[in-house]
Amino acid sequence: MIVAERKPLDEIKEMTKEYNKILMVGCATCVTVCMAGGEKEVGILATALKMAHKMQKKDIDIKEVTVERQCEWEFIEPLKENMKNCEAIVSLGCGAGVQTIAEMYKDKEVLPALNTKFIGIPQEQGIWMEKCLACGDCKLGEFGGICPIARCSKSILNGPCGGSSKGKCEINQEIDCGWQLIYDRMKTLNKLHLLEEVASPKNWSTSRDGGPRKVVREDMVIDKV
Amino acid sequence: MKAGSNLEKLLSKGEFVVTGECGPPKGTDVEILKRKAGYLKGNVDSVNITDNQTSIVRMSSIAACKIIKDMGIEPNMQMVTRDRNRIAIQSDIFGASALGIKNILCLTGDHQSFGNHPTSKNVFDLDSIQLIQTVKMMRDEGKVLGGDEITGIPEMFIGAAVNPFADPFEFRVTRLAKKIKAGVDFVQTQCIYNLDKFEKWMEMVRDRGLHEKVYILAGVTPIKSVGMARYMQKNVAGMDVPESVIERIKGVGKEKCKEEGIKICVESIQRLKKIKGIAGIHLMAIEWEEIVGEIVKSAGLLPRPSVN
Repeated sequence: MIVAERKPLDEIKEMTKEYNKILMVGCATCVTVCMAGGEKEVGILATALKMAHKMQKKDIDIKEVTVERQCEWEFIEPLKENMKNCEAIVSLGCGAGVQTIAEMYKDKEVLPALNTKFIGIPQEQGIWMEKCLACGDCKLGEFGGICPIARCSKSILNGPCGGSSKGKCEINQEIDCGWQLIYDRMKTLNKLHLLEEVASPKNWSTSRDGGPRKVVREDMVIDKV
Repeated sequence: MKAGSNLEKLLSKGEFVVTGECGPPKGTDVEILKRKAGYLKGNVDSVNITDNQTSIVRMSSIAACKIIKDMGIEPNMQMVTRDRNRIAIQSDIFGASALGIKNILCLTGDHQSFGNHPTSKNVFDLDSIQLIQTVKMMRDEGKVLGGDEITGIPEMFIGAAVNPFADPFEFRVTRLAKKIKAGVDFVQTQCIYNLDKFEKWMEMVRDRGLHEKVYILAGVTPIKSVGMARYMQKNVAGMDVPESVIERIKGVGKEKCKEEGIKICVESIQRLKKIKGIAGIHLMAIEWEEIVGEIVKSAGLLPRPSVN
């Protein structure tokens, strides 16, 4: 899932200072699961933001709505009615959600209340970890189901580098060495011999390096007449 | 001969080589570089010029290589994949070769979070092993990575680093084997303080016959102080400084630390020299280049042989 984190209140306050009527939109999908932008977080942020502006003797009106998925037209279309009464939108969706609203509601400013972090999982209570970089050419099958691109700080395909120490990355002790994990897993799977092969330079054109990406499924596209 | 560098010629003659290392200045002051390199001249066979080591911005390795080359010192150009993609890397290799640089050390590089620009974007388009492959392809097949023919082959003696002290230990020999498979000609190791562990690693290297496929240069760094030893032990990932080494330096008292550090270094060289499969020493006197002559002399490695 997409993991996000709320921006500091001061930053959101600064972004919203010229507005008096705000529509605050949460999203009930990924950002609800990572507890950054669901209905509950919208409620907390709306209250905090009102108070923060109030301390500067400014009253703002915030309408709270949480949609099922902010990144799909059909779910944000019902926001149309609420749009009439607001000057700006504060989105608690991920970067895709913010942009979906911006694309549909062209005459209203959309302000992001979250920082979209990564594709990852809730590793344990209160801790989310990155697992995928969406490089567009999945090689997990070659590395025992652990991604060297996302999990190695240097994205190296022939690791581990000389900075791997006691299972940790050279960057800091908080980061597991992705390549130690790959090594351990391949050992368990009895496939260490596969790591003897030199992995060739990666084709990054399927990643962001190929420019903004899109997926087209010809079998599903409805021809516009 | 693959590149015909001084280093390659000596190694192929079976000489026990000594390489040194020199970090370029944090600016354009050529005199700093010339002074440091001057201490190495005649005492080593080739000098590594680091490439923005620990991610701190310094004079480019290529430029510094050319400067010391003009002083009559053979450079070994370090190149990291952290800061350049495959386009820039290959372009720089052409440029370096055109300037007469004949040795390259292929590295992935320290992560930029260590240096003075932690907010920068990294590249890592290739890793060190893929960089070895790239240089080999350019040199031996006359092609760039993308497949186009080269006009004017970059003749490079290809080197890499190996760290026997990083984890997982059992995989470290495999990683050397991969570097050999990719086409490396020589390797320089991380600084060795734990000689017992290194000997064990070399045994594993010999078991796979790898010492016959690549020239292995054992890395040593003289310790200046207890603080330096402690710092390397605690803060440099993949460094193994045994407590006994620190105790020994501590034991002699503050005034004699440096002397003891040199002594340990010379003793290490003498022990390393005896290990089967070691083709030379890589002496990294970090910010202590002036001591290189004394260490090499005490270790009985002077005068340096000539290629003719």
